[in-house]
Amino acid sequence: MASLPPTAHVNGLPQALPDDPRRTLLDWLRHDLGLTGTKKGCDHGQCGACTVLVDGRRINSCLSLAALHDGDHIETIEGIGQPEALAPLQRAFVTHDGFQCGYCTPGQICSATALMAELKAGWPSAVSADVAARPNPTREELRERMSGNLCRCGAYSNIIAALEEVIANETTETGAPA
Amino acid sequence: MADASLSVVGAPLRHDSAHLHVAGQARYIDDEPETPDLLHLAFGTSTHARARIVAMDLDAVRAAPGVVAVYTAADVPGANDVSPVAGDDRLLADGEVVWLGQPLFLVAATSRRAARQAARLGRIDYDAQEPILTVEQARAAQSLIEPTQRMARGDAVAALAAAPHRLSGQLAMGGQDHFYLEGQIALARPLEDGQVHVLSSTQHPSEVQHLVAHMLGRSSADVTVEVRRMGGAFGGKESQAALYAAAAALVVHHTGRPAKFRADRDDDMVQTGKRHDFVVDYEVGFDAEGRIAGLCLRLASRCGATVDLSPAINDRAMFHADNAYFLGDVEIVSERLKTNMVSATAFRGFGGPQGMLAIERVMDAVAGHLGRDPLAVRVANLYGPGRDVTPYGMVVADNIAPDLIARLRSDARYDERQAAVARFNAESAILKKGLALTPVKFGISFTTTHLNQAGALLHVYADGSIQINHGGTEMGQGLYTKVAQVVAQAFGVGLDQVRITATRTDKVPNTSATAASSGADLNGMAALDAAETIRARLADFCARTFGCEIDAVVFAGGEVQAGGERMPWATLCRRAHMARISLSATGFYATPDLHYDRAAHQGQPFYYFAYGAALAEVVIDTLTGEHRVLAADILHDCGRSLNPAIDKGQIEGGFLQGQGWLTSEELVWDAAGRLLTHAPSTYKIPTANDRPDHLHVTLWDGANHRPTIHRSKAVGEPPFMLANAVFSALGAAIAATCPEAGWPMLDAPATPERILAALARQRDGVRA
Ligand code: FES
Ligand code: FES
Repeated sequence: MASLPPTAHVNGLPQALPDDPRRTLLDWLRHDLGLTGTKKGCDHGQCGACTVLVDGRRINSCLSLAALHDGDHIETIEGIGQPEALAPLQRAFVTHDGFQCGYCTPGQICSATALMAELKAGWPSAVSADVAARPNPTREELRERMSGNLCRCGAYSNIIAALEEVIANETTETGAPA
Repeated sequence: MADASLSVVGAPLRHDSAHLHVAGQARYIDDEPETPDLLHLAFGTSTHARARIVAMDLDAVRAAPGVVAVYTAADVPGANDVSPVAGDDRLLADGEVVWLGQPLFLVAATSRRAARQAARLGRIDYDAQEPILTVEQARAAQSLIEPTQRMARGDAVAALAAAPHRLSGQLAMGGQDHFYLEGQIALARPLEDGQVHVLSSTQHPSEVQHLVAHMLGRSSADVTVEVRRMGGAFGGKESQAALYAAAAALVVHHTGRPAKFRADRDDDMVQTGKRHDFVVDYEVGFDAEGRIAGLCLRLASRCGATVDLSPAINDRAMFHADNAYFLGDVEIVSERLKTNMVSATAFRGFGGPQGMLAIERVMDAVAGHLGRDPLAVRVANLYGPGRDVTPYGMVVADNIAPDLIARLRSDARYDERQAAVARFNAESAILKKGLALTPVKFGISFTTTHLNQAGALLHVYADGSIQINHGGTEMGQGLYTKVAQVVAQAFGVGLDQVRITATRTDKVPNTSATAASSGADLNGMAALDAAETIRARLADFCARTFGCEIDAVVFAGGEVQAGGERMPWATLCRRAHMARISLSATGFYATPDLHYDRAAHQGQPFYYFAYGAALAEVVIDTLTGEHRVLAADILHDCGRSLNPAIDKGQIEGGFLQGQGWLTSEELVWDAAGRLLTHAPSTYKIPTANDRPDHLHVTLWDGANHRPTIHRSKAVGEPPFMLANAVFSALGAAIAATCPEAGWPMLDAPATPERILAALARQRDGVRA
């Protein structure tokens, strides 16, 4: 029996991975699947514009080969929310003007989405005082954890403000620190 | 006709594309669907900074897989030129190369990878010459892009000689890469009968149109250039976008197929111009208060291999060498050095930051020499009554700097915090803090007078919806939103009634670049002109139809009131259409009262000044040379802000970009003229972590004294120079290690290496 072709789930839909083993995940998403929300800023893993979620973790999709993602669940900005049904983080970016030119924005939002999960899972960062303790979502923590996503327009204050608001709302909703 | 209430203009309304940006649905050029016949492009580039091309063997390039065509200068049907002014930037090198990385030939292939790989296979024989790279080499060879310029008043040399105190020094400041997150890109498509449509990420669609037409040997009417939005530009797409647009158009011309040039990040950084680096020498005479009596300032910049916009940029450096200060007898000399490097170009501030940083250094050095508080020296030198004429002969008629500085000084508790910093430094051996408050006064207008014009095209549809188009381009500065606010306000409708459409040369012709912070000033006025034309027609129609005075027609709240009649805006539009009233109009604006005699460097180059001030507090580690910006308090003047949310974003973003220029962003070239810092791995722009822990922005609450669009002021560039406070604060922190040695000789960017070197000199007591 022929084995199934290598497939990844992208925003919930199964997609056959490309034949070309050199195709980056970023190029596959943008050019083959037409998911152009994910941006290419440097193509070298240094700007964060291409951030997507793979099984919930954030990666720079320009640094990953599509063929390596057989069986993975990939989420892009299109999967996080559409203009008519925005996710809370996306709404917060709108309210706080978390962008100027907007080119870094999808990457920022994907990164922030994963960041919230990392905080929940208790992952420490380089600025966490106690790596064994539950990380506190201080502004310093958030800035450190977002420092892989460059914004040349310098919208960082508003990006962090948007993130803080969503984390604060989640905390009040669940009663637990995010 | 009564004025509608200020409900739309002046409100902190969200960016017009906000809902699209956050969902990844805002389209940039690289997001356009690709057709199967699309060709991808790459340049083969020179490996020498200065050489004659002896032979080019491109057989291997042509034979490479996927390659469809290869072009050289010989294939350019018209003018081989992509320059903004001087006609000296070649699309493809012809006979000689003048900088390392210069495009030699153009590869069109079926994929970007194929094009880029093939572009490396060219075999070029060069007759290499010694390149001119440094300031010293250029001076020795008298290699200049234009004659050295001089702006002067009185007798600076005599004033220096007569002054009770004198000081001289030097300051070097580096250039800056724009690092717009969306790199350079153009997508050209063939239209019928030889016409070309070009999507170009450009701040200057009209210039790209003219250059492409000229390059193809066709008329401007045959070329349409369009741009909906850019992923950042900052001046880097004012003249630099033309290269890529022309390359794509050339391929369309020869192949009849669509062609896309998307520059790779590293190639982009090598191939496109940057901010000018400067070396400044000063000699200043002053009294015991630090008040300047005479100043000789020598500004030298490396302009690169071609003229580009360097004359105007260096002029602006001269215009801002006074910043907010009256300089007495003064001589400002500006050398524009021609070097074998990629041509330096526009970057937010356009030479202003370099001129302004020079005079701020002079202020600090004077204060250091006298042992006075630098802010006291700054205040003593501000423009004021009887001391209100700039070195270029313009009266400073709106001098709010003294009040603005006083307000920030008290609101941000300058004196208290300066005392706290002194206490900290007395007790801390390794970490030293510094605090500085510096002003900004920035001239608004293109200094080339004819550029100060704009057009708009406004359609009102019979259903009441409105389309506005203007010559300005959107690069994240919120111009589209501001202009839409102006239009909505004029008709008394909500912002959701107004659709702003992509900037296109076939809608509004002969436009100026969106630059010089002038976007909203010029295009807002042009849009208002168009709106007022249509509003007048509608008011006239109402007056005739409903038998009331024209003045009694009110447009507000989405309704129109005409005498006793009241109807929804859309109903009026429908009725006006049925009555055969034209609902489409163009608008135009030209800034009044500008004149400048460039030969004498005298006149009124600016319509008004935008002001601001920043207080920055930093801490340095004297063992490692590292620093952090702890706090920045900013008070900035946007006149009566059109949109406070957008303006605050511009202020913060500009400040941070300025901070990057002065601290972490370092461009390094090797001895052959090769740029070594051509990716974010080696070229460090500010991250979220570099933003000051405390960053507080307040808007000054005065209106523009000039009748600008709703009395607002331009905001794109001025905030960049607020970051000068960071540089001065770093100097203060270094000075604190050995105050007797005066102000430290710290060059920009203040990398850890430079801070360590400055600390060492300070210890050795070398005076600035
Ligand atoms: S494009 Fe992937 S990190 Fe920059
Ligand atoms: S919004 Fe322009 S790069 Fe972040």
